[in-house]
Amino acid sequence: MTLPNEPLLVVRGLNIEFGPPERPVRAVADADLTLAPGEILGIAGESGSGKTTLCSAIMRTLPRSARVSGRVEFAGKELLSLSEREMARLRGRDLSMVLQNPMTSLDPLYTIGNQLEEVLRERRRGGAEVRPGGAVEVLRRVHLTAPELRVRQYPHQLSGGMRQRVLVGMATAAAPRLLIADEPTTALDASIQDEILILFRELRDTAGSAVVIVTHDLSAIRRLSDRVIIMYAGRIVEEGPTAEVFRAPRHPYTRALLGSLPRIEDEEVVLQPIPGQVPDLARLPPGCAFAARCPVALDACRAERPQESTVGERHRVFCWQAAAGGAA
Amino acid sequence: MARFILTRLGQTLVTLALLTILIFVLARLTGDPTPLVLPSEATEADRAFFREQYGLDRPIHEQYVVFLRNVLHGDFGISFRYREPAFNLVLMAIGPTLQLAGVSMLVAVMLGLPLGIAAALRPGSWLAAAVRAYASFGQAVPTFWSGLMLIFLFAITLPLLPSSGYGEVENFVLPAVTLGFYASASVTMLTWANMTEALRSDFVQMERVLGIPRRLIVLKHALRNASLPIVTYLGLQFGLLLGGAVVTERVFAWPGVGQMLVDAILNRDYPVVQAAVMLTAVLVMTINLAVDLLYAVLDPRVSRS
Repeated sequence: MTLPNEPLLVVRGLNIEFGPPERPVRAVADADLTLAPGEILGIAGESGSGKTTLCSAIMRTLPRSARVSGRVEFAGKELLSLSEREMARLRGRDLSMVLQNPMTSLDPLYTIGNQLEEVLRERRRGGAEVRPGGAVEVLRRVHLTAPELRVRQYPHQLSGGMRQRVLVGMATAAAPRLLIADEPTTALDASIQDEILILFRELRDTAGSAVVIVTHDLSAIRRLSDRVIIMYAGRIVEEGPTAEVFRAPRHPYTRALLGSLPRIEDEEVVLQPIPGQVPDLARLPPGCAFAARCPVALDACRAERPQESTVGERHRVFCWQAAAGGAA
Repeated sequence: MARFILTRLGQTLVTLALLTILIFVLARLTGDPTPLVLPSEATEADRAFFREQYGLDRPIHEQYVVFLRNVLHGDFGISFRYREPAFNLVLMAIGPTLQLAGVSMLVAVMLGLPLGIAAALRPGSWLAAAVRAYASFGQAVPTFWSGLMLIFLFAITLPLLPSSGYGEVENFVLPAVTLGFYASASVTMLTWANMTEALRSDFVQMERVLGIPRRLIVLKHALRNASLPIVTYLGLQFGLLLGGAVVTERVFAWPGVGQMLVDAILNRDYPVVQAAVMLTAVLVMTINLAVDLLYAVLDPRVSRS
């Protein structure tokens, strides 16, 4: 049992490597994070920053070729040392996930109802019969229109937004304590994105679930999450309460990301691309991975990797400049 | 759905009509059957009488019209060689061919499906390597050689099974294993490739994070998605076995339609050639139609778009 103030998820020193051991690609390096029950955490970063790999490690769905070290504690259980069978029992019940592409995440050959009932059946541990209206109820909870019709339809008969509602319904059917949503709105029309994000907040408010939302859409994080983690080249570079990080970002990369956030209130939407490219994870420089693109990098930044420094309440950053209080 | 079937039936009829012309002309390109059918001491009058009797003296387009009219009445003519209705002869041979093709397909599926699935579930394992070796061997070895080797091993060295003949269950074993082994190689590779792809698909990943048991993911979701191209391929393979098992039928002296067709061509027995090709074609088209219908059942995107 978890005590009220005990964190739901604790990740400590998580490292994930791919490729040959002599020349490894470090997709995630020294990741630490803590999540309280019912908390909504946003993880942001460009493609290849390790966001999705980090989540797959928590779900234990990384390919066999991945080398994982560190600790992932979920409700007091060390997930990395569980057997595949024990892990499969937790998935979908205690921790669940919504994957990136709603268009292809449902089996095209079975009806929505069939796939929902399959999920519901797994929820009943005793093998008890699923109530006939169970699937419809799930769809109603995620505000899908005409749920009685939808359960008889096939995925190709539903729009992307409808499919995402179905998937969120499936992932949350058992009211999991943790839901991870990987780019839940990226593939959807702008008009639907908000409605999907609202579902996650409802899930937290009604079921008390903690939600990790992974996205490169910073506006989604600003609207939804309590806390935000910024990742770059496999490392967490900044973490803090969402309002504070957005108001006073400390890492130059976070600033650059926020600079590239379109401001709807402005008349013209100006996207500021970050100059330079994401570094090759197999050939990372010895110092800060962002130094090559950083407008304020010094020699020290290229020579030595920045250590964690606390810059506010629960606000930490990995940057020599921010630690020195200078911060560009 | 009814419209789909009607369209397909219409296409099938057009194909068959074109086929009658093709086979009619091709059969006559092999030459005059008279010297092969009549004994060498037959007189010119005998030959003329034979040609007249079978209408071979008339212009080819007239012959075709007569042929077509008779075919529409279910009459494929009388075999020059056996003096029996060609259709009856072919009908007698199609039974053994269908049986052999059916049993061979069963062997191919029962070997290829599990091997392909197992290899897809364990990429990079010794099992996958063994399956690859098996499939490469199966595709590389011609049926006449594997057939002869099987006869050598199981009919001569160890006299367990008959080397040829038809009628008993034992007779099926060697020819069906020969053909089934050959077909199983490509079924294995196809199953492997399609299962690998299906197991990588987003919906399988999603089912995994939803905690759906692996057994259900593999057998209910991945396999059914992977089966669509396999079903198509099995239909094609079945058609090939119906028309193209000539070599295997030869090796095992199987009284099938392949053997009969080769004999009929060598003897310029036009009515038998025509009846055999037409009947095989109808069967192949029926199978293709059945595959299309099955496809519509398996894939809701076909029937409900």
